[in-house]
Amino acid sequence: MPTNRRLTPEEIKQNLLAAYPVKVARKRAKHIVINDPTPETMPEIGANVRTIPGIITQRGCTYAGCKGVVLGPTRDIVNITHGPIGCGFYSWLTRRNQTRPTSDDDDNYMTYCFSTDMSEENIVFGGEKRLKQAIQEAYDIFKPKAIGIFSTCPVGLIGDDVHAVAKEMKEKLGINIFGFSCEGYKGVSQSAGHHIANNQLFKHVIGTDDTPSDGKYRINLLGEYNIGGDSFEIERILSKCGIDLVATFSGNSNYDAFANSHMADLNVIMCHRSINYVAEMMETKYGIPWIKANFIGAKSTAKSLRKIAQYFEDQELIERVEQVIAEEMQEVDRVQGAAKARCMDKTAMLFVGGSRAHHYQDLFAEIGMKTVCAGYEFGHRDDYEGRRVLQSIKVDADSRSIEEIHVTQDPDKHNPRKTPEELESLQAKGVSFKDYQGLMIDMDENTLIIDDISHYEMEKLLDTYKPAVLCGGIKEKYAVQKMGIPCKQLHNYDYSGPYAGFKGAINFYTDIDQMVNTRIWKLITAPWQAHPELIATFAKEA
Amino acid sequence: MRKIAIYGKGGIGKSTTTQNVVAGLVEMEKTVMVVGCDPKGDSTRLLLGGLAQKSVLDTLREEGEDIVLDDVLKPGFLSSWCVESGGPEPGVGCAGRGIITSINLLEQLGAYEEDKELDYVFYDVLGDVVCGGFAMPIREGKSDEIYIVVSGEMMAMYAANNICKGIVKFAEAGGVRLGGLICNSRNVDNEQAMIEALAAKLGTQLIHFVPRDNVVQRAEINRKTVIEYDPTVEQADHYRQLAKKIEENEMFVIPEVLSVEELEELLITHGILN
Repeated sequence: MPTNRRLTPEEIKQNLLAAYPVKVARKRAKHIVINDPTPETMPEIGANVRTIPGIITQRGCTYAGCKGVVLGPTRDIVNITHGPIGCGFYSWLTRRNQTRPTSDDDDNYMTYCFSTDMSEENIVFGGEKRLKQAIQEAYDIFKPKAIGIFSTCPVGLIGDDVHAVAKEMKEKLGINIFGFSCEGYKGVSQSAGHHIANNQLFKHVIGTDDTPSDGKYRINLLGEYNIGGDSFEIERILSKCGIDLVATFSGNSNYDAFANSHMADLNVIMCHRSINYVAEMMETKYGIPWIKANFIGAKSTAKSLRKIAQYFEDQELIERVEQVIAEEMQEVDRVQGAAKARCMDKTAMLFVGGSRAHHYQDLFAEIGMKTVCAGYEFGHRDDYEGRRVLQSIKVDADSRSIEEIHVTQDPDKHNPRKTPEELESLQAKGVSFKDYQGLMIDMDENTLIIDDISHYEMEKLLDTYKPAVLCGGIKEKYAVQKMGIPCKQLHNYDYSGPYAGFKGAINFYTDIDQMVNTRIWKLITAPWQAHPELIATFAKEA
Repeated sequence: MRKIAIYGKGGIGKSTTTQNVVAGLVEMEKTVMVVGCDPKGDSTRLLLGGLAQKSVLDTLREEGEDIVLDDVLKPGFLSSWCVESGGPEPGVGCAGRGIITSINLLEQLGAYEEDKELDYVFYDVLGDVVCGGFAMPIREGKSDEIYIVVSGEMMAMYAANNICKGIVKFAEAGGVRLGGLICNSRNVDNEQAMIEALAAKLGTQLIHFVPRDNVVQRAEINRKTVIEYDPTVEQADHYRQLAKKIEENEMFVIPEVLSVEELEELLITHGILN
């Protein structure tokens, strides 16, 4: 009997699970939780475990996470994919990371796709010679500062030693060359690739150039990948405030900045999932504290700027930051007000990334929109429940296959930027270090949180919640839009953006306002909506 | 044309036994092609009188796609023909994939066509069925009979049982069958009875018990099969008998694989305790 009664979250969850075989339902039940934002009673969510085959996941592979996400946005490292051509070709510029070389002489290899193009012969006889040849060719043509080698699945199967090749060619050519054992099968999602990328950057690049950098307030921005020009907007704001950006990992970045990044005095993390490893290791080795920040959303941007200013404990900076915020907020408020009037109380669903499903809720909230369900593709429990649960995360066999590097204080380069007392005093003033509280604490009670959502669950939820917009990626985009619901891609912004910072917030308000208020979705009727049942006969019989 | 694959534990004497059996068959005026599936490329040495031949994969690498059969197929003792699949250096690449490539290429080049008038093709495969590539000769109808070379040593029997697992897997999908066990004696106590018991448990036969004789080593040093080296010795007759038994064999089965416990029990009953 159809009723107009709204389903309870538990009923919605049970409806999602009802179609699954018993074992699948039991597994998926752990990944679907009804939110309780109170830390003491917050439920535990299943995350960072193997996807159930056949459920149509959003996830990508380890190679994609390493080569595409973390190293992809760096312009002057030649990234060679060691493998058959498909892996290189299909990871070529797919995330729409932008970059801005500083001059015509500044190297930019991002528009190129380098691959060893392994063929059957290389699989049978081993591909190391071909890899050496590719490195030599790349060197001869481009003379880059550094070359990265990315292993694809077959390389791991046949056992090519990319690290030995990297070492040999590094000695021969005299430039930095390093390999990544980021075979696609190595982890349960792209998250493993992020970790592998972090490890190798830390081992081979970070801290190799001790040139003291200029500037009074030196920070690194970690986990910001310059999609649609986000980094440019953040750079604009930081520079306006007088904050010096030593390196961004890795939006609009270059090799020299990575090498010199240990000279900064603070690490500011955007995407906790993909880069917290580097921040942790840099703190141990060099004594640079890290804070979590978010430049998605005008309010969040302001909050993050204030946090940075507070860290440096400099009145001049604090005042400068306040002045910038006040200036920028004028235009933000104007556009926000207009959009809010039209978007108020509409709903959104976000299934994306390892931080975006969290950060973008701030932007929606600023125009009065509520996120009714959200989840990550590849987040871990700490990204949902906060770092307080780190100790209780079970390390399973899949996580063990990823190297953990043991880092110690550097006897020469370790320099604590703050004394323990200073850190404590800042903590008391609200600057929390080494802390990310996760997505759940910021979502309303009884909202649904779903990890590694399946295609079936997504369709079912769209039908149940009928949100005004869904944020996802290209794999979801057209399936969602066929259901008459607009979809915003947060991996490439549908060729719009930037969405970070103040100007980005304005872009987002405008784009979402247009998307959720256009009548186009209501004007179209799909054939199966008008005539749900198709009757047909075989031409031969007729 | 009968297509036969020879498997068995590494070092058990597969290549030696295969070539000596082939010598027996060609003496019976059969035309036989031997395809060596070992990257070391030493499966046809005794028939060719030395390692004189370029492997399929080496030729493929050097000549590209432009290969003719004569480049890789060499005539050996009497009416035998020899091919070496070849493969990578130890520790690099994927030898299994190499075997797949090589056998596919031989097919494309027409090595198995009727005009070759082959009575037999023998695949001499390295070691155990460790991965898909080494199973290639028993997949997709590449071979239809398998003989496992075994001895009374526990690990050899263990390997034989393991190979049977591979046969079961492909027997259900294709048509491959086990033709029997060949015991290449190591002078283990009670060896023949033990292998007969193993064969019975697997549902197959001990097709021939080849005794240990130093003439085999002498022939090998001279790059010859025993039949060619000294046709009059008793050992030559053993290989002739084995060739005849294979020629006349009518017992082709899907083996019943033993559990490790059963295998150990067999050893205790027939071997160690006696």
